[in-house]
Amino acid sequence: MKLVVVSAGLSVPSSTRLLADRLAAAVERAAAVDVQVVELRELAVEIAHFFTNGFPGKALAAAQEAVAGADGLIVVTPVFSASYSGLFKSFFDVLDKDALAGKPVLVAATGGSARHSLVLEHAMRPLFAYLRAVVVPTAVYAASEDWGAEGLEGRIERAAGELAGLMTGLSAGNAATASRASTELPGARSEAHSGFAVVPFAEQLAALAPKR
Amino acid sequence: MQFGIFSVGDVTPDPTTGRTPTERERIKAMVAIALKAEEVGLDVFATGEHHNPPFVPSSPTTMLGYIAAQTERLVLSTSTTLITTNDPVKIAEDFAMLQHLADGRVDLMMGRGNTGPVYPWFGQDIRQGINLAIENYALLRRLWREDVVDWEGKFRTPLQGFTSTPRPLDDVPPFVWHGSIRSPEIAEQAAFYGDGFFHNNIFWPADHTKRMIELYRTRYAHYGHGTPEQAIVGLGGQVFMRKNSQDAVREFRPYFDNAPVYGHGPSLEDFTDQTPLTVGSPQEVIEKTLAFRDYAGDYQRQLFLLDHAGLPLKTVLEQLDILGEEVVPVLREEFAKGRPDDVPEAPTHASLLAAAKKETVSS
Repeated sequence: MKLVVVSAGLSVPSSTRLLADRLAAAVERAAAVDVQVVELRELAVEIAHFFTNGFPGKALAAAQEAVAGADGLIVVTPVFSASYSGLFKSFFDVLDKDALAGKPVLVAATGGSARHSLVLEHAMRPLFAYLRAVVVPTAVYAASEDWGAEGLEGRIERAAGELAGLMTGLSAGNAATASRASTELPGARSEAHSGFAVVPFAEQLAALAPKR
Repeated sequence: MQFGIFSVGDVTPDPTTGRTPTERERIKAMVAIALKAEEVGLDVFATGEHHNPPFVPSSPTTMLGYIAAQTERLVLSTSTTLITTNDPVKIAEDFAMLQHLADGRVDLMMGRGNTGPVYPWFGQDIRQGINLAIENYALLRRLWREDVVDWEGKFRTPLQGFTSTPRPLDDVPPFVWHGSIRSPEIAEQAAFYGDGFFHNNIFWPADHTKRMIELYRTRYAHYGHGTPEQAIVGLGGQVFMRKNSQDAVREFRPYFDNAPVYGHGPSLEDFTDQTPLTVGSPQEVIEKTLAFRDYAGDYQRQLFLLDHAGLPLKTVLEQLDILGEEVVPVLREEFAKGRPDDVPEAPTHASLLAAAKKETVSS
């Protein structure tokens, strides 16, 4: 199974990436996964250009493809102005609208103090619910003080276990959702051609005929 | 192979002078550009259709009719005609009328439009964009091919005993291209009917264009119109040329940096690297255009965008001279090399008429 880790930390090294790595390692202990990390810092300029150009650069296209092909995701953002960072949001804005549908996602965030921890419940969880992802019940927040206190490791293990369980359970079903039709014709049969889902034209036309 | 130009018809300030042409100046400039296209030996002039400022061409057949009266060879086309928000009955009438006036030098390209509010302004729902394109075009085809049409559909008021006049010239409807950048449904539609498919690749990387054209070619063959290689493909491209590459870059950069469609985003260098935009010498334009064949296959129509980014008319006319004298003759020669004999040319009124006569004789 493919696990993609999206980290929106800006400093090098960053505590956001540190949390992301700890979470990924915990999932690796619980399930057989190949881990790929997407560092949004490295894609920041390409993401901005996507908004002005309308098409992705090479590195961003590779990241989009990795996310779309993942069996599960870990997404981690620093807290900025009472929410996820703008860069974090921008990355999910440039994904295909169905890219996360049905995928298990573990949400996590870092911040200077524990006062911002509800960002996970009030910003991250609704974002991924909107994107029709399956968000794991445990979300993990790490304030600066948590790196020297008890409890973080236990939350990491619990969240990672939940993600691994969902990935194992859902990965069989994901194959079916991957080849969904691009149109909204009820019952229309779609075929794959040149990487596109195509509804044969006669069916597309017939769906518009007046019902008698 | 056909070579031509297509114009968006934007009124854009010249960033080097700060001057914005009037609508009248821009409309007359588009006409001058079309006449020049014929003079320098190009085959096609196509105009966009827009219904909001800063664009002027809301009434393409009026403009194309005026150009038809002053030209002799040029094929007049659109880029695109809005099949979603125009009444298909009016499209049938307008373009049949233009066919008669232009002695058949007419084809058109269907498009869905990229300006959201145009749909509600014309009483339509953008969420039905694909379905509008499918239903309206199916009706348009019947209006051109059947003398009396009874019709009922989802989006337009029904027709009983309707005859669209004038009938198409020689009973041969204009050839239709379908333009789409991202929608596989439109490539599928073009393939189903055996119509042309135009990929306006000007803002898109080659690998995306390649996949869309592959899809169209595969489906064209699937529907029994010929081999994938015989499908009718058109491509865009935008260029700015001077004798020396550095001069071209120096002169075009302020236009690129400030143009509404290009500016304040990517660098000129990134954009020319990733899209068909070529800013350089005629030789560089030749090389880049010839490379389109590597991913699109042998194709039928190449349209260039020259009057972009607020360039003054004088400069655009100079660009046309370079295109006609130095670029297109070489492209004609090079594209002909290695082109299989069974790859057709783009259909014209004459070729469609000949094919219709042949069918009548043999049946």
